[in-house]
Parts: sequence; structure tokens; C-alpha cells
Amino acid sequence: MEVPILKQGPFLIATIQAALSDADLEQLRTALVNQAVRYRSLGVIVDVTAMDVMDSFASRMLLTISRMIRLRGADTVIVGIQPDVAFAMVQLGLTLEDIPTALDLEEGLAYLQQRCRNSS
Amino acid sequence: MSDPVEMNISSDMDVVRARQEGRSKALLIGFSVSEATLIATAISELARNIVSYAGEGVVALQAVQTGSRSGLVIVAADKGPGIANVSLALRDGYSSSGGLGLGLPGVRRLMDEFDLVSAPGRGTTVTVKKWRPRM
Ligand SMILES: Nc1ncnc2c1ncn2[C@@H]1O[C@H](COP(=O)(O)OP(=O)(O)O)[C@@H](O)[C@H]1O
Ligand SMILES: [Mg+2]
Repeated sequence: MEVPILKQGPFLIATIQAALSDADLEQLRTALVNQAVRYRSLGVIVDVTAMDVMDSFASRMLLTISRMIRLRGADTVIVGIQPDVAFAMVQLGLTLEDIPTALDLEEGLAYLQQRCRNSS
Repeated sequence: MSDPVEMNISSDMDVVRARQEGRSKALLIGFSVSEATLIATAISELARNIVSYAGEGVVALQAVQTGSRSGLVIVAADKGPGIANVSLALRDGYSSSGGLGLGLPGVRRLMDEFDLVSAPGRGTTVTVKKWRPRM
């Protein structure tokens, strides 16, 4: 199932809908990076509210997305990691390293807007 | 007690199916949503290892009851290349494929019991158990 990507001003918002397969995640990575280049996006939000499992493959894919977007000079924020999912991630040993996370979409957007103001 | 489930695993879609099945079975036998998430995450890692390293295999789920304890047993088995150095494979961060190397050691942390049997050329069987907290 393809992940819808919404353009909101200088930002892209990808909303993960349900249980994603590995192929879907790879498709998301490619589509996000392509669109970030095309629209010269300043920031990307990946909304994972609907994800009920975040395993090591999904984490690695989010890390890769964030690094590729970083190379474009833009930021990635992961929003909406559910408490149970976060608990399992910690036990598994997964961190999202230096990717910023936010409670929800609104906070993620506020974070990106702040970053843009600071750098302009 | 619910019937055992056995699932063939050979693609990334099977990985998703296996962890969804694991979640519903865990909830069915009385695990909390939080525990079911741990179980689904463990199944995702084990099933993905089957696809990545062996190509195909099976994941079996079975509710268990011993004395006053009840829980879930997960067996992930394949006839793939096996693991030459098991203690290395269980180390945090070790991966032969550029992965995060957190699958096996992470599953060990997520579950209450963990057993790995593997020999080069003879496949790999990982058996893990999660017990329900005593009331
Ligand atoms: N079913 C399996 N068959 C063969 N080798 C395996 C299997 N599962 C794990 N391994 C080996 O153990 C290593 C560690 O596995 P894991 O902890 O899941 O990390 P990752 O999958 O990120 O490499 C793998 O890189 C692989 O070499
Ligand atoms: Mg693995």
C-alpha cells in the first residue's frame, strides 16, 4: 500500500496508514526523497501514528530517509510513535538516533517552522 | 486454549501477516496490548530473518499452559544456511547484511525465554516464549 505524501507549504507530510511491508517502506523512501528534491522542501514529517509495530527494518528505513533528506539541507521529524510501540522499540534496542520526534503532526510542524525561522 | 497456527514465510508480506496474526493471538489469550506489541515486534524480527537469510521457512504460534502459568510459544524455523557463530549473531549490532544487528539480541530481550539452535548448512530454529504476568 502506497503512503500518501502531502505538500504543505515548504514541507512534506507522509502519513503511514497501516502495517507497511518492506517494499512499501522502500517505496516511501524513494518517493519522499524525489519529492523533497522536486519541491525544494525545507522539512519532512513522517506520521507513524497508525503504525502498530516498529521493527529494526522500519527504524533503519526511517534513519535512511532522515539522512538522505539531511543531505538536501532539510530536516525530518517523526511524529506519533505510540507508547506501546516506543516501549517495544526500547526493549529491542532501537533508537532513532538523532532524528527529532514530536508528539503529533501539529508539534512536528511547529518544530519545522521554528527551525526555518532560526536559519533564515 | 486456541489452536496452534503455522504460517509459511517467504516474502515481506508474510512478515506483516505473521506479526498481525501474532498480535491477534496474543490478545486472544489474554495478553495486554502492550505485551501483544512486544510479541508482534519479536515475530517481525524472526520472520524477517527467515526471509533475509534463508529465503523461506515457517513461523508457528502456540498457546501454552503449564501449571498456573499461561503464555505463547513462537517457533521460527528454516532450512537455510544456518549460523556459524551463534554467540556473534546474538551480539548487539552484529549483522552480516548491513542491518542494525538488533533482531536476535532484541528478541531475546523482548521475550521471557529464548532458544536458538542452528548449524551451518542445516538451518536455524528459534524458539521463544512469553508468559502472561501472574494475576
Ligand atoms: N534464520 C537465519 N538464518 C541464517 N542466519 C541468520 C538467521 N537469523 C539471523 N542470522 C544471522 O544473524 C545475524 C544477526 O541477526 P539479527 O540480530 O536479526 O540482525 P540483522 O538481521 O540486522 O543482521 C544476521 O546478520 C545473520 O548473519
Ligand atoms: Mg534481523
